[in-house]
Amino acid sequence: MSKSRADKAARIRRLLDTEGEAVKSNTRGFNQGRYDSVAKLESYEELKDRARAIKEDAIERLPELIDELTQTIEENGGTVYVADDAADANRYVREVCREKDADRVVKSKSMTSEEIEVNEFLEADGIEVVETDLGEWVLQVADESPSHIVAPAIHKSREGIARLFNETFDPDDELETAKELTMFARERLLEKIKGADVGMTGANFVTADTGTIALVTSEGNARKSAVVPETHVAVAGVEKVIPAVEDLQPFVELIGRSGTGQDITSYVSLLTPPVDSPTVDFDDPDTPIAADGDRDFHLVLIDNGRFDMREDEQLKETLYCIRCSACSNVCANFQSVGGHAFGGETYSGGIATGWEAGIEGLDTAGEFNDLCTGCSRCVDACPVKIDIPWINTVVRDRINRGTDHEFDWLVDGLTPDAEAEGVDLQKRFFGNFSTVASVGSALAPLSNWVASTDVSRRLLASTLGVDARRDLPSFERETLVDWFESRGPRVSASEAAREAVLYPDVYTNHAMVDRGKAAVRALEALGVHVRVPDVPSSGRAPLSQGMLATAEEHAHDLYAALAEHIDAGRDVVVIEPSDLAMFDREYEKFLAPRSHERLSEGSYEVMEYLYGLLENGADPDALRGPPATDPGVAYHAHCQQRTLGLAGYTEAVLGDLGYDVVTSDVECCGMAGSFGYKSEYYELSMDVGSELEAQFSTRETRHRTVVASGTSCLEQLDSLLARPSRHPVQLVAPGEN
Amino acid sequence: MATGTVTRFEASLDRLDVGWTHATTDEFESVLADVATEPAVGTPLPFDVALPDWVNTTPTPADLDEATTGVTAAALGIASYGSVVLPSTTAGGEPVSLFPDLHVAVVRTSDVVPGMPEAFEWFGPEFREGDHSSAIIATGPSATADMGELVTGAHGPKAVHVVMLDE
Repeated sequence: MSKSRADKAARIRRLLDTEGEAVKSNTRGFNQGRYDSVAKLESYEELKDRARAIKEDAIERLPELIDELTQTIEENGGTVYVADDAADANRYVREVCREKDADRVVKSKSMTSEEIEVNEFLEADGIEVVETDLGEWVLQVADESPSHIVAPAIHKSREGIARLFNETFDPDDELETAKELTMFARERLLEKIKGADVGMTGANFVTADTGTIALVTSEGNARKSAVVPETHVAVAGVEKVIPAVEDLQPFVELIGRSGTGQDITSYVSLLTPPVDSPTVDFDDPDTPIAADGDRDFHLVLIDNGRFDMREDEQLKETLYCIRCSACSNVCANFQSVGGHAFGGETYSGGIATGWEAGIEGLDTAGEFNDLCTGCSRCVDACPVKIDIPWINTVVRDRINRGTDHEFDWLVDGLTPDAEAEGVDLQKRFFGNFSTVASVGSALAPLSNWVASTDVSRRLLASTLGVDARRDLPSFERETLVDWFESRGPRVSASEAAREAVLYPDVYTNHAMVDRGKAAVRALEALGVHVRVPDVPSSGRAPLSQGMLATAEEHAHDLYAALAEHIDAGRDVVVIEPSDLAMFDREYEKFLAPRSHERLSEGSYEVMEYLYGLLENGADPDALRGPPATDPGVAYHAHCQQRTLGLAGYTEAVLGDLGYDVVTSDVECCGMAGSFGYKSEYYELSMDVGSELEAQFSTRETRHRTVVASGTSCLEQLDSLLARPSRHPVQLVAPGEN
Repeated sequence: MATGTVTRFEASLDRLDVGWTHATTDEFESVLADVATEPAVGTPLPFDVALPDWVNTTPTPADLDEATTGVTAAALGIASYGSVVLPSTTAGGEPVSLFPDLHVAVVRTSDVVPGMPEAFEWFGPEFREGDHSSAIIATGPSATADMGELVTGAHGPKAVHVVMLDE
């Protein structure tokens, strides 16, 4: 393993050991809470659509809205400052503090202030800065950085916090329970708030029509920070501005549910500063509180790269982000290893790559961007429907193009990709897997034997970072296409109910040929005339490595190869869910709109297609039901298949045929294409997989037949479980006659 | 206002572990005496009832510190969430509802609305042209899970009680 890969692996291992457990239980709790909470919401999809539309409109009209907001706030008696960058924002905040002769600033949690590192800046000026969010304060005491957008100290356990407090503050009675720790922090922070000169908050949203700042909290610290001191400074990215008060409604209903899974947080402050509330001067404890009009308010709107993001067609969507953390909580890798592994300066997890690329630049975004495996589970979780995997792919592509590597000659001959020079060797190997597979099949079984030797494994590990602990796919000498060509169709076109083109994806064609044969038999059993043409690969492999030019080339070639079939009224049937997801989603970026629409509408996942045939009167008895002593089925749906809402078809077909099905509900198997093969991620991949292993090893599931939809899932399941796994179509297809 | 809305509000408050009591204007003082503890601070109510003498309506910072109950008016109740809308007032509704351990919110039963859309129909015009320009949508007591498990009373009240005024 190369040094940088070994370092990366060691860092991930250390984070798994030290922070993994706390992150795991917290994020999974939040994520489950989200599922439960949105399920109760009648208008969930409609609210998401409205939220998305409001953000699209607001970012489109941003300069105009900022003008309106500035005028409104100035009429209200406050001040607006639009800062170009972090330094500009910090200078302004320092100026306000100097004018107020401030000794202490109390802060409510704000990612934007983390982004500009205002604490360090003010502290250098001799000002005490106190974080009042309990989690954020724990990190301030521990001198650590947030690992999560919403719950910054999510990686710390109660025991760890108790140890930290007892060592740092040496309280009379040792602190132990969550309640004791909370009350200790409450009292201590109250004293700090009472003597504060300036209160700083972020802003979840700012409305242009009234200058109202919406703050979403549960602790009440934002309320105290904003209202107790005379001076309130709010810092927010320019993207937080929305047109009107009424536009807050969908966000208020979505943000808590999406993040921590609460229907709503305890407090949603809608403050139109300077607010009417009297200040509370604890230095003068005996004079009744009264509104005296001395309140001072400053809104610092920060650009820091955001206006450039707005002009960037690919990064623009990042600005719709409402920082709810749903994408982090749903991410299987994040659940295992937490935000610190994702790297970056400020933001962590799913959408962070877009933020880091826009705000800090590609170098920072590149550090751990690979932790997004493109599984797409965040797509449905995002309340503003941001295509987060696409943003990550784009950023990965830009990083690829910006880096320089010396071993390109090694893969240049083998990998006919369309990428500029400089793409990482490992990425090019996995990105050109279709070529590797063709060569592998042509040389099988010799290639399998060579690949399994110690020398080859060492070479693969040292040059390409393929982990030696992984079994490699075993290539078949006879591909599915070759097999079908010599076998021919068994249902003629003239007597067929429908005609279908079975798409021979790289794995099915070269390695998992049996599942391709099973798919052919199942389709024919239900009266379908099947073809298996020799067509190019979808481009999923290069896409997942961020090799966009190559992926796009594949898309055009494949569409060209399938277009005539679609025109002839043939359905495209896909075995590999990640390829179907590609046709549905990413091809929208590559193909002409009409081409994308036709391919997307004309293609089906194989079990979805069987379901459709059965619903339309095909005879289920032609398929294979469970044997008399069936132990039941343990089914793991592929991540992208779940995102597309297709997993139910497999369950329905199996159920209709009489199988007793239990479906895993973990977000992902941890393999995600090439991810688990890469030596730096092997352990993380296995840690994510352990959750799936556990679900399929209970008393209730451990004897069941394991089936999974995706190639990666099958490979991961085979490495996790002693019993073999296969594709569901292999279960239901009749035997060869 | 439909009865169903109030029933739903009560159910939401139950779910949040927030106490609630109905009171006619005549009953109000005795109901308040039952739910509140002294020392209590409060802000004048814009309804047909007045706060009793034992509620200090001109609190000092020291009074806020010592009070165990804070009584304020809520402009709305939001049935689907069990939220109360607390307008920010020159009389100090915000600190009074925030510092003491128990917050008693008094809302007119007729001001309970079904959901968030109705609440925002009120906020928009109210903030643009009405008497109030700021408000808190408060749902249950303050809470945190940052210390390893859910604890109420992080910075704000540890408990909330809603008195519905049947005028």
